[in-house]
Amino acid sequence: MAKKLMKGSEAIGEAAVQAGCRLFFGYPITPQNEIPEYMSLRLPQVGGCFVQAESEVAASNMLYGAAGTGERVMTSSSSPGISLMSEAASYLAGAELPVVIVNIVRAGPGLGGILPSQGDYFQATRGMGHGDFRLLVLAPWSVQEAADLVQDAFDLADFYRNPVMVLGDGLIGQMMEPVEFSSDRQPIKELQPKTWAATGCPGDRPTNIINSLFLDPEELERHNWKLKAKYDAMTRDEIRSASYAADDDYDVLIVAYGTVARVCSTAIDELRERGVRVAMVRPITLFPYPYQAIRDAALRASSVLVVELSTGQMIEDVRLALEGARPIHFHSRVGGMLVTPDEVIEKVECILAGGAAEVSHG
Amino acid sequence: MQNDVIMAGFGGQGILLIGKMLAYAGMHEGKEVSWLPSYGPEMRGGTCNCTVVISDRPVGSPVIRSPRAVLAMNLPSLDKFERDVRPGGLLLVNSSLINRDPARTDLTVVKVPANEIANSLGNPRAANMVALGAYLGATGAVSIAEVEAVVRETFSAKPQLVDSNLLALHRGFEVGAAATGKAVASVAEEGS
Repeated sequence: MAKKLMKGSEAIGEAAVQAGCRLFFGYPITPQNEIPEYMSLRLPQVGGCFVQAESEVAASNMLYGAAGTGERVMTSSSSPGISLMSEAASYLAGAELPVVIVNIVRAGPGLGGILPSQGDYFQATRGMGHGDFRLLVLAPWSVQEAADLVQDAFDLADFYRNPVMVLGDGLIGQMMEPVEFSSDRQPIKELQPKTWAATGCPGDRPTNIINSLFLDPEELERHNWKLKAKYDAMTRDEIRSASYAADDDYDVLIVAYGTVARVCSTAIDELRERGVRVAMVRPITLFPYPYQAIRDAALRASSVLVVELSTGQMIEDVRLALEGARPIHFHSRVGGMLVTPDEVIEKVECILAGGAAEVSHG
Repeated sequence: MQNDVIMAGFGGQGILLIGKMLAYAGMHEGKEVSWLPSYGPEMRGGTCNCTVVISDRPVGSPVIRSPRAVLAMNLPSLDKFERDVRPGGLLLVNSSLINRDPARTDLTVVKVPANEIANSLGNPRAANMVALGAYLGATGAVSIAEVEAVVRETFSAKPQLVDSNLLALHRGFEVGAAATGKAVASVAEEGS
């Protein structure tokens, strides 16, 4: 198919449709309203159904019910709305239901603002709700990658029978970039028929029950370890990261994800032109996190700079990756303010001149 | 090679539309492009802007703090973005609605009476097209032929609007090209 100029939100919606998503449940919140808007237009065209629920709580529980039938289902929201869906996310993980949840993150806490942020990193990567569970989290840095990752997300959700989150921000949602959808895309995982789905049972097979209640502690313990084995399999097989300008030698390694990594790539281009040796590694999966790739890349540098739109969340994973092997510096903007290439350039130069304070450990 | 521009004005002037047209034309030319609108709590009639990047390489930051060019369609836009233009960059001013001269002396300033030109063509709503033409004339960021194709496509449902919009585009192009000299060669090329 030819390239089309699409808004990130529309590309996310179209990617879901192309991936076979036919049911969408949501509730409006800025800055992601173009996703439900697109789905409300598009799903009826392909025999699907769009439901605007009365709240995020309702939408996410409709998602639970619809996923139980084995259909490909999705919801999208932004930070405060995602918090309202966190109870359902826990039930979805407990009941092992495959769904795709898109979070177009806005600045918080509370209602916060409507501009871009990465303040939901902990929420996304540390399980999102109560109980002992994880989401697989994918973080695109462009509209094309958002479209690709949404399609992958459906395959990954089905394969692991686990909720998958696509974590973007207002920039990804609002900006337009060329997007190309492959006309012969194949699933990225070998998918089995959904024999577990509750599709109505005329008596020719054992009844399927979708449930997250396990009152027998021994049974729940077995269930918990079964879930853990899935997260271990994700950690073994699904880690994704990309590097930028890392073929040449470098002194400073930047670690950034999502649109912030785009900003950093511009800073790296300008610094390289001036002869400053700097490179970047960009996590694409936030859970499972690319600890080894970051450690390996960092050991080639003399220091590491983490750039993110929070007061310091992903930096904790970078610390885990490095275990003190290299000094870590930090630059961020929060509240909906954006990091600029100039700020990153200044920070890198300051680090190389010995003028930047290392982030203290502990 | 990268061209980037912040286009700004008040809601209803068609700023976001000409930004999209520019991005589409760039994409059709095989360039890498991004279009980023300002979004936030805005009131009706308030200001709006978009950032367009057109590049030979994958677009890095879609957010540009020091753009190579600014198109100011009204006074609040000039007040807001004049200081941000990269030194030596281009400042396009809609002189129909902006009654002050830019304070910066390190920029190429192009004054375009966009509304007056559009009015004289009998299509007052085409002031945005005049401005887009002026930007193309001054920078050569994308070929005007590609933009013409996008104009035809955009107005395909209202064919009666195509000609006046194309005329507006060309009038703007002439103003931009004449004011900068840089793009005069491409004017000749287009004319040939």
